[in-house]
Amino acid sequence: MDIFLQQMVNGLTLGAVYAVVALGYTMVYGIIQLINFAHGEVVMIGAMVAFTVINLLAAGGLPPLAVVLVGTACAIPVCMLVSYTVERLAYRPLRRAPRLAPLITAIGASIILQHLAMLVWSRNVLAFPQIIPLKTFSFLGATVTGVQLAILGICAAIMCGLAGLVYRTRLGRSMRATAQNPQVAGLMGVDINRVIAATFVIGAGLAAVAGVMVGTYYGVAQYTMGSILGLKAFAAAVLGGIGNVPGAMVGGLLLGVVEALGAGYIGDITDLCRYGPLARAVGERCADGGHFVLFGSNYQDVFAFVVLILVLVFRPSGLLGERVGDRA
Amino acid sequence: MNRLALGLTVLAASLAVIGCGDKPADTKKTAEVKKGAPPPPSVEIKIGHVGPLTGGIAHLGKDNENGARMAIDEANAAKIKIDGKDAKFVFVPEDDQADPKVGTTVAQKLVDAKVAGVVGHLNSGTSIPASDIYNKAGIPVISGSATNPKLTEQGFKVQFRVVARDDQQGPAVANYLAGVAKPKLVAVIDDATAYGEGLANEVEKSLKGANIKVLPREKGTDKTTDWKAVLTKLKGRNPDAVFYGGMDATGGPMLKQARELGIKAVFSFGDGACTDEMPKLAGAAADGLLCSQAGLPPQAADKKFLEAYKKAFKVDPIIYAPFTYDAANLLIEAMKKANSADPAKYLPELAKIDFKGATGQIAFDGKGDRKGAEITIFTMKAGKLEPTAIVKGGKSTPYAEFIGGAAAPAKDAAKK
Repeated sequence: MDIFLQQMVNGLTLGAVYAVVALGYTMVYGIIQLINFAHGEVVMIGAMVAFTVINLLAAGGLPPLAVVLVGTACAIPVCMLVSYTVERLAYRPLRRAPRLAPLITAIGASIILQHLAMLVWSRNVLAFPQIIPLKTFSFLGATVTGVQLAILGICAAIMCGLAGLVYRTRLGRSMRATAQNPQVAGLMGVDINRVIAATFVIGAGLAAVAGVMVGTYYGVAQYTMGSILGLKAFAAAVLGGIGNVPGAMVGGLLLGVVEALGAGYIGDITDLCRYGPLARAVGERCADGGHFVLFGSNYQDVFAFVVLILVLVFRPSGLLGERVGDRA
Repeated sequence: MNRLALGLTVLAASLAVIGCGDKPADTKKTAEVKKGAPPPPSVEIKIGHVGPLTGGIAHLGKDNENGARMAIDEANAAKIKIDGKDAKFVFVPEDDQADPKVGTTVAQKLVDAKVAGVVGHLNSGTSIPASDIYNKAGIPVISGSATNPKLTEQGFKVQFRVVARDDQQGPAVANYLAGVAKPKLVAVIDDATAYGEGLANEVEKSLKGANIKVLPREKGTDKTTDWKAVLTKLKGRNPDAVFYGGMDATGGPMLKQARELGIKAVFSFGDGACTDEMPKLAGAAADGLLCSQAGLPPQAADKKFLEAYKKAFKVDPIIYAPFTYDAANLLIEAMKKANSADPAKYLPELAKIDFKGATGQIAFDGKGDRKGAEITIFTMKAGKLEPTAIVKGGKSTPYAEFIGGAAAPAKDAAKK
């Protein structure tokens, strides 16, 4: 039981990060129906910038929390600038083009960003300096680290903050109006370009925070880290219903848990030696406590995409999505 | 649209024709030069190098490339004459991205470029499929870091390696682990690459041979940074020791996360994760790590090599640079002995070479493996890898003793 609980804790932490990244995807999609594939790379740039700053400051003797905060504070504007530039150069000129065109430029922008990061930070793995003392808490037999608690707390705060922004502020109202009908929103006096740019910039700020969190959690950052993280967050956004802000949060958390439990238990479940008739079929490999495992935990990354396919087949609008997938 | 496609096809076809047309003209030109200008007769010898220069282990790829590049630069500075002509060695570095598919493409590219020999590839996973291509073309290839036994078990005459094999390294680390940590239950994890899985298999075999129980294999990938699910599962089984066959970029986070989860088992890694990056990646969690390197530690390599490397590249070698340096030198040495850069002519010389390199005396057995290759066991102490033992021919010698006695056997071998 404590192992199950530990897997849940792992999954929720991972899921919280996915959720924050997924918010960036879903906000942009909700407004201009564009899947911003460069978003994962923005997360990576956030992590890299923060790591650089944190590594510079680590020797200075400042309190660790202050160092991480300064790192994050530097990463956020850089990510916002990058995302704004990508929107300006790669998406805005194609606003009236067929839907496929900005999708292709998104993929192009993602490749360019990744390789720019490679030139700036080299191909080496950047390590997070060991400044945060390891604090662990025991919770019904599961071990929770301070970093994990911080990630969960920050994610909850971000989600509440974003929900407040979208449903309670003037900018949020403009965003919702633009999402419903850009032309009419424009006629009503909403500066659509400004709203779209703001959406990108807010998403990039969240991406920077997510980058710092995922980097701090694993202790490493590399220029390739954004692509798979981005794809999984995209799967999370689709799972929750792309375009739907609460959906991205639910989808992210759910996906994280599915991944952790899947990776934790698939090996046991697909161990043929557990099943009488199958074990006999495999024969001697099960002799004296042997195992014949069909799928190991290296299939961890597959779960996100299996979920993505299942959702697209059985519920294209996602768990919380109201709009049918006609616009996708 | 159709017209555009047609236009493109025509363009491509014409380019291809031009491309083909170029070559004969070229050879004619060089032939003329050979005939016309006797005073500085020179011959250009291309030597390829392949390793990942992008991706997660690009730092190791660059390290390998630096080693080979240095050997080539030195050979050029030494103004070697082959067959009476000034040999000009041209270094052709290629990037295989540690990807088997790219590895074969790049191998074919080198074959087409008519290289005389190849140093590489870095990974076993890329070396094995590529070796077939080099074999068909008859081009000698020496790996300075691929340790999977399969590489030299294919019966290819052109394939050599200057590091120990996993089936030497695996037992060495397993026996050391069994002797020092005395575990009752061991978990074995690999990264599902030819290298990681091969090494993990060898370790598992040796552990089982020593009557130590081994948990069912857990796997990640060569890009996994999230090991929490696997480690949590292992925590439930409570092993005394863990062995991981994989690289440092994945091993570091694994070690850190294991300690976060409160796993107290002794961790041991193979050579891919036995680097100075480890304390940076895992922090304090790296302390007490046991790991093995095929061959001697870089700091035990030839002093002259270490100084020259530092001077040339402003960094210290990470792991395999001394081996790729030796590999490139072996190719050059064999060419000198055969007095020819023709692969068919210098290959027999390479097979029976006996050469003192930066990593000690090098000679090959019938399969192309290095004779008497050493394996070093390290322990991580306060963020530094300290060599604790050298295993040679199944015998473990404490490191201090080995360094003291190293000079004498090396001289003996040279006399032979």
